[in-house]
Amino acid sequence: MKQYFNAKGKPWLVWIGFALVGVVLAVLPFALAQVGTSWVRITNYAILYVLLALGLNIVVGFAGLLDLGYIAFYAVGAYTYALLASPHLNIHLPFWVILPIGAGIAALFGALLGAPTLKLRGDYLAIVTLGFGEIVRIFLNNLSQPVNLTNGPQGIARIDPFQLNGFSFGTYEKFIGLEFSGPIKYYYLLLVVALAIILVNVRLQNSRIGRAWEAIREDEIAARSMGINTRNLKLLAFAMGASFGGVAGGMFSAIQGFISPESFVLVESIMVVSMVVLGGMGNIAGVVLGALLLSFVPEILRWTVEPAQRALFGRMLVDPEVIRMLLFGLALVLIMLFRPAGLLPSAVRRRELAERAP
Amino acid sequence: MLLDVKHLEVHYRGIAAVKGIDLAVAAGELVCLIGANGAGKTSTLKAICRLIPSQASAMAYAGRDIRRSAVHELPRTGLVMVPEGRGIFAQLTVQENLAMGAYARGGGDPESQYAAFPRLKERRHQIAGTLSGGEQQMLAIARALMGEPKLLLLDEPSMGLAPMMVEKIFEIVRDIAARGVTILLVEQNARLALQAASRGYVMESGSIALAGSARELLDDRRVKEAYLGEARSA
Repeated sequence: MKQYFNAKGKPWLVWIGFALVGVVLAVLPFALAQVGTSWVRITNYAILYVLLALGLNIVVGFAGLLDLGYIAFYAVGAYTYALLASPHLNIHLPFWVILPIGAGIAALFGALLGAPTLKLRGDYLAIVTLGFGEIVRIFLNNLSQPVNLTNGPQGIARIDPFQLNGFSFGTYEKFIGLEFSGPIKYYYLLLVVALAIILVNVRLQNSRIGRAWEAIREDEIAARSMGINTRNLKLLAFAMGASFGGVAGGMFSAIQGFISPESFVLVESIMVVSMVVLGGMGNIAGVVLGALLLSFVPEILRWTVEPAQRALFGRMLVDPEVIRMLLFGLALVLIMLFRPAGLLPSAVRRRELAERAP
Repeated sequence: MLLDVKHLEVHYRGIAAVKGIDLAVAAGELVCLIGANGAGKTSTLKAICRLIPSQASAMAYAGRDIRRSAVHELPRTGLVMVPEGRGIFAQLTVQENLAMGAYARGGGDPESQYAAFPRLKERRHQIAGTLSGGEQQMLAIARALMGEPKLLLLDEPSMGLAPMMVEKIFEIVRDIAARGVTILLVEQNARLALQAASRGYVMESGSIALAGSARELLDDRRVKEAYLGEARSA
Protein backbone atom coordinates (compact mmCIF):
# COMPACT_ATOMS: atom_id res chain seq x y z
CA MET A 1 0.00 0.00 0.00
CA LYS A 2 3.08 2.21 0.26
CA GLN A 3 2.66 3.49 -3.26
CA TYR A 4 -0.83 4.79 -2.52
CA PHE A 5 -0.28 6.34 0.85
CA ASN A 6 3.20 7.73 0.79
CA ALA A 7 3.35 9.52 4.09
CA LYS A 8 6.87 8.53 4.98
CA GLY A 9 8.28 10.64 7.79
CA LYS A 10 4.86 12.15 8.48
CA PRO A 11 3.19 9.65 10.80
CA TRP A 12 0.83 12.31 12.14
CA LEU A 13 -0.63 12.62 8.63
CA VAL A 14 -1.52 8.95 8.70
CA TRP A 15 -3.18 9.30 12.09
CA ILE A 16 -5.17 12.33 10.98
CA GLY A 17 -6.23 10.30 7.95
CA PHE A 18 -7.33 7.40 10.14
CA ALA A 19 -9.21 9.79 12.45
CA LEU A 20 -11.01 11.39 9.50
CA VAL A 21 -12.02 8.01 8.06
CA GLY A 22 -13.19 7.00 11.53
CA VAL A 23 -15.37 10.08 11.90
CA VAL A 24 -16.86 9.59 8.44
CA LEU A 25 -17.63 5.93 9.15
CA ALA A 26 -19.17 6.85 12.50
CA VAL A 27 -21.59 9.48 11.20
CA LEU A 28 -22.24 7.77 7.85
CA PRO A 29 -25.40 5.84 8.86
CA PHE A 30 -27.08 9.00 10.19
CA ALA A 31 -26.25 10.87 7.01
CA LEU A 32 -27.58 7.96 4.95
CA ALA A 33 -30.72 7.73 7.09
CA GLN A 34 -31.52 11.29 5.99
CA VAL A 35 -31.62 10.07 2.38
CA GLY A 36 -33.57 6.96 3.31
CA THR A 37 -33.29 3.99 5.65
CA SER A 38 -32.95 1.75 2.61
CA TRP A 39 -29.50 3.26 2.03
CA VAL A 40 -28.40 2.13 5.48
CA ARG A 41 -29.58 -1.36 4.55
CA ILE A 42 -27.72 -1.19 1.25
CA THR A 43 -24.59 -0.15 3.13
CA ASN A 44 -25.01 -3.09 5.48
CA TYR A 45 -25.24 -5.50 2.57
CA ALA A 46 -22.17 -3.84 1.07
CA ILE A 47 -20.26 -4.53 4.29
CA LEU A 48 -21.46 -8.16 4.21
CA TYR A 49 -19.99 -8.38 0.71
CA VAL A 50 -16.76 -6.88 2.04
CA LEU A 51 -16.61 -9.74 4.57
CA LEU A 52 -17.28 -12.29 1.84
CA ALA A 53 -14.75 -10.78 -0.54
CA LEU A 54 -12.08 -10.73 2.18
CA GLY A 55 -12.80 -14.38 2.95
CA LEU A 56 -12.60 -15.38 -0.69
CA ASN A 57 -9.44 -13.30 -1.06
CA ILE A 58 -7.68 -15.72 1.27
CA VAL A 59 -8.49 -18.62 -1.03
CA VAL A 60 -8.14 -16.89 -4.41
CA GLY A 61 -5.82 -13.98 -3.70
CA PHE A 62 -3.42 -15.46 -1.18
CA ALA A 63 -3.34 -19.16 -1.99
CA GLY A 64 -4.23 -18.84 -5.69
CA LEU A 65 -7.06 -21.40 -5.62
CA LEU A 66 -9.97 -20.33 -7.81
CA ASP A 67 -13.20 -21.02 -5.90
CA LEU A 68 -16.46 -20.48 -7.80
CA GLY A 69 -18.67 -21.98 -5.10
CA TYR A 70 -17.76 -19.67 -2.28
CA ILE A 71 -21.35 -18.65 -1.58
CA ALA A 72 -21.93 -22.19 -0.23
CA PHE A 73 -20.05 -21.24 2.94
CA TYR A 74 -22.16 -18.12 3.28
CA ALA A 75 -25.19 -20.42 3.02
CA VAL A 76 -23.79 -22.81 5.63
CA GLY A 77 -23.24 -19.92 8.05
CA ALA A 78 -26.67 -18.46 7.34
CA TYR A 79 -28.51 -21.76 7.80
CA THR A 80 -26.54 -22.59 10.93
CA TYR A 81 -27.71 -19.33 12.44
CA ALA A 82 -31.26 -19.76 11.18
CA LEU A 83 -31.60 -23.27 12.58
CA LEU A 84 -30.18 -22.38 15.98
CA ALA A 85 -32.06 -19.11 16.43
CA SER A 86 -35.58 -19.43 15.07
CA PRO A 87 -38.93 -21.06 15.83
CA HIS A 88 -38.25 -23.57 13.03
CA LEU A 89 -36.51 -26.08 15.33
CA ASN A 90 -37.55 -24.03 18.33
CA ILE A 91 -33.96 -23.42 19.37
CA HIS A 92 -32.94 -19.92 20.41
CA LEU A 93 -29.24 -19.72 21.20
CA PRO A 94 -27.53 -16.33 21.61
CA PHE A 95 -25.65 -15.02 18.57
CA TRP A 96 -22.25 -15.03 20.22
CA VAL A 97 -22.61 -18.80 20.63
CA ILE A 98 -23.90 -19.44 17.13
CA LEU A 99 -21.48 -17.30 15.13
CA PRO A 100 -18.41 -19.31 16.22
CA ILE A 101 -20.34 -22.54 15.59
CA GLY A 102 -21.31 -21.27 12.14
CA ALA A 103 -17.71 -20.29 11.41
CA GLY A 104 -16.57 -23.73 12.56
CA ILE A 105 -19.10 -25.63 10.46
CA ALA A 106 -18.30 -23.48 7.43
CA ALA A 107 -14.58 -24.19 8.00
CA LEU A 108 -15.40 -27.89 8.10
CA PHE A 109 -17.21 -27.58 4.78
CA GLY A 110 -14.23 -25.65 3.46
CA ALA A 111 -11.89 -28.50 4.36
CA LEU A 112 -14.45 -30.94 2.94
CA LEU A 113 -14.27 -29.13 -0.39
CA GLY A 114 -10.51 -28.73 -0.16
CA ALA A 115 -9.61 -32.34 0.56
CA PRO A 116 -10.74 -33.95 -2.72
CA THR A 117 -9.52 -31.02 -4.81
CA LEU A 118 -5.94 -30.82 -3.52
CA LYS A 119 -4.47 -31.97 -6.82
CA LEU A 120 -6.63 -29.71 -8.97
CA ARG A 121 -5.68 -26.26 -10.14
CA GLY A 122 -7.06 -23.45 -12.23
CA ASP A 123 -9.98 -24.31 -14.51
CA TYR A 124 -10.43 -27.81 -13.11
CA LEU A 125 -10.62 -26.58 -9.55
CA ALA A 126 -13.05 -23.87 -10.64
CA ILE A 127 -15.44 -26.47 -12.10
CA VAL A 128 -15.37 -28.66 -9.00
CA THR A 129 -15.93 -25.73 -6.65
CA LEU A 130 -18.75 -24.50 -8.86
CA GLY A 131 -20.39 -27.90 -8.58
CA PHE A 132 -19.89 -27.90 -4.82
CA GLY A 133 -21.67 -24.57 -4.48
CA GLU A 134 -24.62 -25.93 -6.45
CA ILE A 135 -24.72 -29.16 -4.43
CA VAL A 136 -25.02 -27.21 -1.20
CA ARG A 137 -27.80 -25.04 -2.60
CA ILE A 138 -29.72 -28.06 -3.96
CA PHE A 139 -29.38 -29.82 -0.61
CA LEU A 140 -30.83 -26.78 1.14
CA ASN A 141 -33.68 -26.84 -1.32
CA ASN A 142 -34.46 -30.50 -0.69
CA LEU A 143 -33.63 -31.16 2.95
CA SER A 144 -37.24 -30.71 3.94
CA GLN A 145 -37.84 -34.44 3.66
CA PRO A 146 -37.83 -36.95 5.29
CA VAL A 147 -36.89 -34.72 8.23
CA ASN A 148 -37.74 -31.10 7.74
CA LEU A 149 -34.35 -29.53 8.40
CA THR A 150 -34.18 -26.57 6.01
CA ASN A 151 -37.87 -26.12 5.14
CA GLY A 152 -36.93 -26.41 1.45
CA PRO A 153 -37.60 -23.57 -0.96
CA GLN A 154 -39.92 -21.80 1.50
CA GLY A 155 -36.89 -21.01 3.60
CA ILE A 156 -36.72 -20.22 7.28
CA ALA A 157 -38.55 -17.20 8.64
CA ARG A 158 -38.74 -15.27 11.90
CA ILE A 159 -35.04 -15.66 12.61
CA ASP A 160 -33.96 -13.99 15.85
CA PRO A 161 -32.09 -10.70 15.61
CA PHE A 162 -28.85 -10.35 17.55
CA GLN A 163 -29.58 -9.83 21.22
CA LEU A 164 -27.24 -9.10 24.07
CA ASN A 165 -28.47 -8.68 27.67
CA GLY A 166 -31.84 -7.42 26.59
CA PHE A 167 -30.31 -5.10 24.00
CA SER A 168 -31.75 -6.07 20.63
CA PHE A 169 -30.12 -5.13 17.33
CA GLY A 170 -33.43 -5.47 15.60
CA THR A 171 -35.47 -2.71 17.23
CA TYR A 172 -35.68 1.05 17.07
CA GLU A 173 -34.26 2.98 19.98
CA LYS A 174 -33.55 6.53 21.00
CA PHE A 175 -30.22 7.03 22.67
CA ILE A 176 -28.54 10.31 23.72
CA GLY A 177 -30.86 12.20 21.42
CA LEU A 178 -29.95 10.10 18.36
CA GLU A 179 -32.32 7.78 16.61
CA PHE A 180 -30.91 4.28 16.30
CA SER A 181 -32.93 2.14 13.93
CA GLY A 182 -32.23 -1.59 13.61
CA PRO A 183 -30.12 -1.22 10.45
CA ILE A 184 -28.01 1.50 12.08
CA LYS A 185 -27.19 -0.76 15.02
CA TYR A 186 -26.27 -3.58 12.68
CA TYR A 187 -24.14 -1.15 10.71
CA TYR A 188 -21.89 -0.55 13.70
CA LEU A 189 -21.67 -4.23 14.48
CA LEU A 190 -20.82 -5.05 10.86
CA LEU A 191 -18.22 -2.31 10.85
CA VAL A 192 -16.50 -3.76 13.91
CA VAL A 193 -16.54 -7.28 12.41
CA ALA A 194 -15.26 -5.94 9.08
CA LEU A 195 -12.39 -4.10 10.78
CA ALA A 196 -11.53 -7.22 12.76
CA ILE A 197 -11.49 -9.35 9.62
CA ILE A 198 -9.38 -6.78 7.77
CA LEU A 199 -6.92 -6.88 10.65
CA VAL A 200 -6.79 -10.68 10.52
CA ASN A 201 -6.19 -10.50 6.76
CA VAL A 202 -3.35 -7.99 7.12
CA ARG A 203 -1.70 -10.08 9.82
CA LEU A 204 -2.13 -13.26 7.77
CA GLN A 205 -0.60 -11.76 4.66
CA ASN A 206 2.64 -10.87 6.42
CA SER A 207 2.81 -14.07 8.41
CA ARG A 208 4.69 -17.30 7.83
CA ILE A 209 1.40 -18.81 6.62
CA GLY A 210 0.86 -15.92 4.21
CA ARG A 211 4.30 -16.35 2.72
CA ALA A 212 3.80 -20.08 2.37
CA TRP A 213 0.54 -19.43 0.47
CA GLU A 214 2.41 -17.04 -1.78
CA ALA A 215 4.97 -19.74 -2.52
CA ILE A 216 2.25 -22.30 -3.26
CA ARG A 217 0.56 -19.89 -5.65
CA GLU A 218 3.86 -19.29 -7.44
CA ASP A 219 5.16 -22.84 -7.78
CA GLU A 220 3.76 -25.72 -5.84
CA ILE A 221 6.61 -28.17 -6.38
CA ALA A 222 9.22 -25.60 -5.40
CA ALA A 223 7.11 -24.75 -2.36
CA ARG A 224 7.12 -28.39 -1.28
CA SER A 225 10.88 -28.55 -1.82
CA MET A 226 11.20 -25.60 0.56
CA GLY A 227 9.56 -27.68 3.25
CA ILE A 228 6.06 -26.24 2.92
CA ASN A 229 3.29 -28.69 3.73
CA THR A 230 1.20 -27.75 0.72
CA ARG A 231 -1.66 -30.08 1.58
CA ASN A 232 -2.27 -28.65 5.05
CA LEU A 233 -1.78 -25.07 3.94
CA LYS A 234 -4.23 -25.40 1.07
CA LEU A 235 -6.79 -26.96 3.40
CA LEU A 236 -6.14 -24.14 5.86
CA ALA A 237 -6.78 -21.56 3.13
CA PHE A 238 -10.08 -23.22 2.23
CA ALA A 239 -11.13 -23.58 5.86
CA MET A 240 -10.13 -20.07 6.84
CA GLY A 241 -11.78 -18.43 3.86
CA ALA A 242 -14.90 -20.51 4.48
CA SER A 243 -15.08 -19.53 8.15
CA PHE A 244 -15.20 -15.83 7.20
CA GLY A 245 -18.03 -16.68 4.82
CA GLY A 246 -19.76 -18.51 7.67
CA VAL A 247 -19.59 -15.47 9.96
CA ALA A 248 -20.94 -13.23 7.20
CA GLY A 249 -23.73 -15.75 6.56
CA GLY A 250 -24.78 -15.76 10.21
CA MET A 251 -25.00 -11.98 10.24
CA PHE A 252 -26.93 -11.98 6.99
CA SER A 253 -29.41 -14.41 8.51
CA ALA A 254 -30.00 -12.22 11.56
CA ILE A 255 -30.24 -8.98 9.59
CA GLN A 256 -32.69 -10.42 7.07
CA GLY A 257 -34.77 -12.38 9.54
CA PHE A 258 -35.61 -14.70 6.67
CA ILE A 259 -33.46 -16.89 4.41
CA SER A 260 -34.11 -19.29 1.58
CA PRO A 261 -31.87 -21.15 -0.87
CA GLU A 262 -32.57 -18.43 -3.42
CA SER A 263 -30.10 -16.12 -1.66
CA PHE A 264 -27.23 -18.49 -2.39
CA VAL A 265 -27.29 -18.96 -6.14
CA LEU A 266 -24.32 -19.20 -8.47
CA VAL A 267 -24.57 -15.53 -9.49
CA GLU A 268 -23.74 -14.59 -5.90
CA SER A 269 -20.53 -16.64 -6.05
CA ILE A 270 -19.62 -15.01 -9.32
CA MET A 271 -20.33 -11.60 -7.82
CA VAL A 272 -17.91 -12.21 -4.95
CA VAL A 273 -15.22 -13.49 -7.33
CA SER A 274 -15.76 -10.37 -9.46
CA MET A 275 -15.28 -8.17 -6.41
CA VAL A 276 -11.98 -9.84 -5.59
CA VAL A 277 -10.70 -9.79 -9.17
CA LEU A 278 -11.90 -6.31 -10.01
CA GLY A 279 -10.61 -4.80 -6.79
CA GLY A 280 -7.22 -6.45 -7.04
CA MET A 281 -6.60 -10.07 -6.08
CA GLY A 282 -4.39 -10.40 -3.04
CA ASN A 283 -4.54 -6.71 -2.12
CA ILE A 284 -6.74 -6.17 0.91
CA ALA A 285 -7.51 -2.50 0.19
CA GLY A 286 -8.33 -3.41 -3.40
CA VAL A 287 -10.67 -6.22 -2.39
CA VAL A 288 -12.54 -3.94 0.02
CA LEU A 289 -12.86 -1.30 -2.71
CA GLY A 290 -14.05 -3.91 -5.21
CA ALA A 291 -16.73 -5.17 -2.83
CA LEU A 292 -17.98 -1.67 -2.05
CA LEU A 293 -18.07 -0.63 -5.70
CA LEU A 294 -19.87 -3.71 -6.95
CA SER A 295 -22.39 -3.38 -4.12
CA PHE A 296 -23.12 0.32 -4.52
CA VAL A 297 -22.90 0.86 -8.27
CA PRO A 298 -25.93 -1.32 -9.12
CA GLU A 299 -27.94 0.43 -6.39
CA ILE A 300 -26.92 3.88 -7.54
CA LEU A 301 -27.85 2.88 -11.08
CA ARG A 302 -31.20 1.65 -9.79
CA TRP A 303 -31.97 5.16 -8.52
CA THR A 304 -30.52 7.11 -11.43
CA VAL A 305 -31.42 5.19 -14.58
CA GLU A 306 -35.12 6.00 -14.42
CA PRO A 307 -34.86 9.76 -13.73
CA ALA A 308 -32.06 10.02 -16.30
CA GLN A 309 -34.27 8.48 -18.99
CA ARG A 310 -37.16 10.76 -18.13
CA ALA A 311 -34.88 13.79 -18.25
CA LEU A 312 -33.33 12.78 -21.57
CA PHE A 313 -36.28 11.38 -23.49
CA GLY A 314 -39.23 12.56 -21.48
CA ARG A 315 -40.43 8.99 -20.91
CA MET A 316 -39.20 5.52 -19.93
CA LEU A 317 -37.64 3.73 -22.91
CA VAL A 318 -35.97 0.73 -21.32
CA ASP A 319 -36.87 -1.07 -18.15
CA PRO A 320 -34.44 0.22 -15.49
CA GLU A 321 -33.71 -3.30 -14.30
CA VAL A 322 -32.46 -4.29 -17.77
CA ILE A 323 -30.36 -1.22 -18.43
CA ARG A 324 -28.95 -1.31 -14.92
CA MET A 325 -27.37 -4.75 -15.39
CA LEU A 326 -26.29 -3.77 -18.90
CA LEU A 327 -24.40 -0.73 -17.60
CA PHE A 328 -23.03 -2.75 -14.75
CA GLY A 329 -21.68 -5.41 -17.11
CA LEU A 330 -20.21 -2.74 -19.33
CA ALA A 331 -18.45 -1.18 -16.34
CA LEU A 332 -16.93 -4.56 -15.44
CA VAL A 333 -15.69 -5.10 -18.99
CA LEU A 334 -14.16 -1.63 -19.15
CA ILE A 335 -12.41 -1.93 -15.81
CA MET A 336 -10.93 -5.31 -16.70
CA LEU A 337 -9.78 -3.96 -20.09
CA PHE A 338 -8.06 -0.92 -18.68
CA ARG A 339 -6.95 -2.26 -15.32
CA PRO A 340 -6.52 -6.02 -15.83
CA ALA A 341 -4.79 -6.51 -12.50
CA GLY A 342 -7.67 -4.84 -10.66
CA LEU A 343 -8.24 -1.33 -9.39
CA LEU A 344 -5.64 -1.64 -6.66
CA PRO A 345 -3.49 -4.56 -7.71
CA SER A 346 -1.17 -6.37 -5.33
CA ALA A 347 2.51 -5.94 -6.14
CA VAL A 348 2.92 -9.54 -7.22
CA ARG A 349 -0.17 -9.59 -9.46
CA ARG A 350 1.03 -6.43 -11.17
CA ARG A 351 4.34 -8.12 -11.94
CA GLU A 352 2.65 -11.23 -13.30
CA LEU A 353 0.57 -9.24 -15.74
CA ALA A 354 3.41 -6.94 -16.70
CA GLU A 355 5.46 -9.96 -17.63
CA ARG A 356 2.76 -11.48 -19.81
CA ALA A 357 2.15 -8.23 -21.69
CA PRO A 358 3.87 -8.08 -25.10
CA MET B 1 26.77 -43.24 4.90
CA LEU B 2 24.72 -40.04 4.92
CA LEU B 3 22.56 -41.32 2.11
CA ASP B 4 22.15 -45.01 1.44
CA VAL B 5 19.84 -46.25 -1.29
CA LYS B 6 19.39 -49.93 -2.08
CA HIS B 7 17.60 -51.35 -5.10
CA LEU B 8 15.68 -48.23 -6.04
CA GLU B 9 13.01 -48.64 -8.70
CA VAL B 10 10.92 -45.95 -10.36
CA HIS B 11 8.07 -46.76 -12.72
CA TYR B 12 6.02 -44.45 -14.86
CA ARG B 13 2.82 -46.29 -15.76
CA GLY B 14 4.58 -49.61 -16.02
CA ILE B 15 7.64 -48.28 -17.81
CA ALA B 16 10.71 -48.72 -15.67
CA ALA B 17 12.77 -45.51 -15.52
CA VAL B 18 15.07 -46.67 -12.73
CA LYS B 19 15.70 -50.40 -12.51
CA GLY B 20 16.90 -51.25 -9.05
CA ILE B 21 20.01 -49.17 -8.47
CA ASP B 22 22.24 -48.95 -5.41
CA LEU B 23 23.68 -45.58 -4.52
CA ALA B 24 25.46 -44.22 -1.48
CA VAL B 25 26.88 -40.86 -0.45
CA ALA B 26 29.14 -40.44 2.57
CA ALA B 27 29.19 -37.24 4.62
CA GLY B 28 31.46 -34.62 3.07
CA GLU B 29 31.55 -36.21 -0.37
CA LEU B 30 30.70 -34.63 -3.69
CA VAL B 31 29.25 -37.46 -5.72
CA CYS B 32 28.05 -37.07 -9.28
CA LEU B 33 25.52 -39.05 -11.22
CA ILE B 34 26.15 -38.75 -14.94
CA GLY B 35 24.50 -40.23 -17.97
CA ALA B 36 22.66 -39.45 -21.17
CA ASN B 37 19.25 -37.92 -21.51
CA GLY B 38 16.57 -40.30 -20.25
CA ALA B 39 18.99 -42.54 -18.37
CA GLY B 40 16.99 -42.07 -15.17
CA LYS B 41 19.18 -39.56 -13.36
CA THR B 42 16.50 -37.02 -12.57
CA SER B 43 14.02 -39.76 -11.65
CA THR B 44 16.54 -41.08 -9.14
CA LEU B 45 16.96 -37.66 -7.58
CA LYS B 46 13.23 -36.99 -7.47
CA ALA B 47 12.65 -40.39 -5.87
CA ILE B 48 15.21 -39.63 -3.16
CA CYS B 49 13.49 -36.39 -2.21
CA ARG B 50 10.11 -38.16 -2.47
CA LEU B 51 8.69 -36.01 -5.25
CA ILE B 52 7.74 -39.14 -7.19
CA PRO B 53 6.65 -42.56 -5.92
CA SER B 54 9.27 -45.29 -5.93
CA GLN B 55 10.11 -48.67 -4.47
CA ALA B 56 13.37 -49.48 -2.73
CA SER B 57 14.59 -52.18 -0.38
CA ALA B 58 16.24 -49.41 1.63
CA MET B 59 16.43 -45.65 1.45
CA ALA B 60 18.09 -44.11 4.47
CA TYR B 61 19.18 -40.54 5.05
CA ALA B 62 21.24 -39.80 8.17
CA GLY B 63 20.29 -43.19 9.52
CA ARG B 64 16.55 -42.81 9.17
CA ASP B 65 14.27 -44.50 6.72
CA ILE B 66 12.82 -41.91 4.35
CA ARG B 67 10.78 -44.27 2.17
CA ARG B 68 7.55 -43.02 3.75
CA SER B 69 8.57 -39.40 4.38
CA ALA B 70 6.60 -36.55 2.84
CA VAL B 71 8.41 -34.14 0.53
CA HIS B 72 8.07 -31.24 2.91
CA GLU B 73 9.52 -33.13 5.87
CA LEU B 74 12.94 -33.59 4.31
CA PRO B 75 14.23 -30.00 4.13
CA ARG B 76 13.86 -29.69 7.89
CA THR B 77 16.22 -32.64 8.31
CA GLY B 78 18.82 -31.04 6.05
CA LEU B 79 18.01 -32.86 2.80
CA VAL B 80 17.47 -30.06 0.29
CA MET B 81 17.01 -30.28 -3.45
CA VAL B 82 17.61 -27.71 -6.16
CA PRO B 83 14.98 -28.79 -8.65
CA GLU B 84 15.50 -29.28 -12.35
CA GLY B 85 14.65 -26.10 -14.21
CA ARG B 86 15.53 -24.22 -11.00
CA GLY B 87 11.96 -23.79 -9.68
CA ILE B 88 12.49 -20.27 -8.46
CA PHE B 89 9.49 -18.14 -7.51
CA ALA B 90 9.53 -16.03 -10.66
CA GLN B 91 7.29 -13.21 -9.42
CA LEU B 92 9.01 -12.72 -6.08
CA THR B 93 12.16 -10.69 -5.57
CA VAL B 94 15.58 -12.26 -5.11
CA GLN B 95 15.45 -11.48 -1.42
CA GLU B 96 11.94 -12.95 -1.02
CA ASN B 97 13.08 -16.10 -2.79
CA LEU B 98 16.03 -16.44 -0.44
CA ALA B 99 13.83 -15.87 2.61
CA MET B 100 11.55 -18.67 1.40
CA GLY B 101 14.54 -21.03 1.36
CA ALA B 102 14.78 -20.77 5.13
CA TYR B 103 11.09 -21.65 5.61
CA ALA B 104 11.74 -25.17 6.85
CA ARG B 105 14.02 -24.03 9.66
CA GLY B 106 11.71 -21.20 10.68
CA GLY B 107 13.29 -18.30 8.85
CA GLY B 108 16.75 -16.88 8.25
CA ASP B 109 18.57 -13.81 7.05
CA PRO B 110 19.19 -13.63 3.27
CA GLU B 111 22.22 -11.48 4.12
CA SER B 112 24.07 -14.71 4.93
CA GLN B 113 24.18 -15.69 1.25
CA TYR B 114 25.28 -12.38 -0.21
CA ALA B 115 28.96 -12.81 0.65
CA ALA B 116 29.16 -15.89 -1.57
CA PHE B 117 26.78 -14.50 -4.20
CA PRO B 118 27.65 -10.81 -4.74
CA ARG B 119 25.64 -10.87 -7.98
CA LEU B 120 22.49 -11.69 -6.04
CA LYS B 121 23.20 -8.91 -3.58
CA GLU B 122 23.28 -6.40 -6.44
CA ARG B 123 19.91 -7.69 -7.62
CA ARG B 124 18.30 -8.34 -4.27
CA HIS B 125 15.19 -6.28 -5.04
CA GLN B 126 14.86 -7.44 -8.62
CA ILE B 127 12.07 -9.82 -9.64
CA ALA B 128 13.60 -13.28 -9.87
CA GLY B 129 11.98 -14.02 -13.23
CA THR B 130 13.91 -11.16 -14.85
CA LEU B 131 17.32 -12.60 -13.92
CA SER B 132 19.48 -14.31 -16.52
CA GLY B 133 19.49 -18.09 -16.59
CA GLY B 134 22.80 -18.29 -14.76
CA GLU B 135 21.68 -15.84 -12.11
CA GLN B 136 18.49 -17.82 -11.64
CA GLN B 137 20.55 -20.98 -11.11
CA MET B 138 22.69 -19.11 -8.57
CA LEU B 139 19.52 -17.98 -6.85
CA ALA B 140 18.15 -21.52 -6.79
CA ILE B 141 21.38 -22.77 -5.21
CA ALA B 142 21.59 -19.87 -2.74
CA ARG B 143 17.96 -20.42 -1.78
CA ALA B 144 18.69 -24.09 -1.10
CA LEU B 145 21.68 -23.07 1.04
CA MET B 146 19.35 -20.86 3.09
CA GLY B 147 17.91 -24.13 4.38
CA GLU B 148 21.39 -25.02 5.77
CA PRO B 149 21.49 -28.39 4.02
CA LYS B 150 23.55 -31.34 5.15
CA LEU B 151 22.94 -33.04 1.85
CA LEU B 152 22.32 -30.93 -1.22
CA LEU B 153 20.78 -32.54 -4.29
CA LEU B 154 21.56 -30.63 -7.48
CA ASP B 155 19.66 -31.44 -10.64
CA GLU B 156 21.46 -30.37 -13.83
CA PRO B 157 22.71 -27.00 -12.63
CA SER B 158 24.45 -26.38 -15.97
CA MET B 159 21.35 -26.95 -18.08
CA GLY B 160 20.76 -24.25 -20.67
CA LEU B 161 23.57 -22.00 -19.52
CA ALA B 162 26.31 -20.29 -21.52
CA PRO B 163 29.75 -22.00 -21.18
CA MET B 164 31.14 -19.13 -19.09
CA MET B 165 28.19 -19.40 -16.72
CA VAL B 166 28.58 -23.18 -16.51
CA GLU B 167 32.16 -22.71 -15.31
CA LYS B 168 30.97 -20.18 -12.76
CA ILE B 169 28.24 -22.49 -11.44
CA PHE B 170 30.68 -25.36 -11.06
CA GLU B 171 33.03 -23.07 -9.19
CA ILE B 172 30.17 -22.34 -6.80
CA VAL B 173 29.37 -26.04 -6.42
CA ARG B 174 33.01 -26.79 -5.56
CA ASP B 175 33.02 -23.94 -3.03
CA ILE B 176 29.91 -25.29 -1.33
CA ALA B 177 31.48 -28.76 -1.15
CA ALA B 178 34.66 -27.22 0.29
CA ARG B 179 32.54 -25.71 3.05
CA GLY B 180 31.60 -29.21 4.11
CA VAL B 181 28.19 -29.62 2.51
CA THR B 182 27.65 -33.08 1.09
CA ILE B 183 26.47 -32.91 -2.51
CA LEU B 184 24.83 -35.35 -4.90
CA LEU B 185 25.10 -33.80 -8.34
CA VAL B 186 23.17 -34.96 -11.38
CA GLU B 187 24.77 -33.68 -14.55
CA GLN B 188 24.91 -34.24 -18.27
CA ASN B 189 28.17 -32.35 -18.54
CA ALA B 190 30.20 -35.40 -17.52
CA ARG B 191 33.63 -33.84 -17.77
CA LEU B 192 32.94 -30.90 -15.47
CA ALA B 193 30.98 -33.06 -13.07
CA LEU B 194 33.76 -35.67 -12.77
CA GLN B 195 36.38 -32.96 -12.40
CA ALA B 196 34.50 -31.49 -9.45
CA ALA B 197 33.41 -34.75 -7.82
CA SER B 198 35.31 -37.22 -5.74
CA ARG B 199 33.18 -40.17 -6.85
CA GLY B 200 30.78 -40.82 -9.65
CA TYR B 201 28.08 -43.11 -10.95
CA VAL B 202 27.30 -43.56 -14.62
CA MET B 203 23.67 -44.33 -15.42
CA GLU B 204 22.53 -46.03 -18.58
CA SER B 205 18.87 -46.75 -19.34
CA GLY B 206 17.82 -47.01 -15.72
CA SER B 207 20.77 -48.92 -14.33
CA ILE B 208 24.18 -48.04 -12.95
CA ALA B 209 26.63 -48.97 -15.68
CA LEU B 210 29.79 -47.88 -13.92
CA ALA B 211 30.78 -46.59 -10.52
CA GLY B 212 34.07 -45.52 -9.04
CA SER B 213 36.30 -42.64 -8.12
CA ALA B 214 36.08 -39.63 -10.37
CA ARG B 215 39.67 -40.10 -11.46
CA GLU B 216 39.07 -43.67 -12.58
CA LEU B 217 35.94 -42.71 -14.45
CA LEU B 218 37.68 -39.82 -16.23
CA ASP B 219 40.32 -42.30 -17.42
CA ASP B 220 37.87 -45.03 -18.27
CA ARG B 221 37.78 -45.85 -21.96
CA ARG B 222 34.01 -46.33 -22.10
CA VAL B 223 33.34 -43.07 -20.29
CA LYS B 224 35.73 -41.25 -22.57
CA GLU B 225 34.00 -42.57 -25.67
CA ALA B 226 30.43 -42.19 -24.56
CA TYR B 227 30.44 -39.09 -22.38
CA LEU B 228 33.62 -37.11 -22.81
CA GLY B 229 33.49 -37.04 -26.58
CA GLU B 230 37.05 -38.29 -26.98
CA ALA B 231 37.78 -40.26 -30.10
CA ARG B 232 38.78 -43.87 -29.75
CA SER B 233 42.56 -43.93 -29.51
CA ALA B 234 44.05 -45.90 -32.35
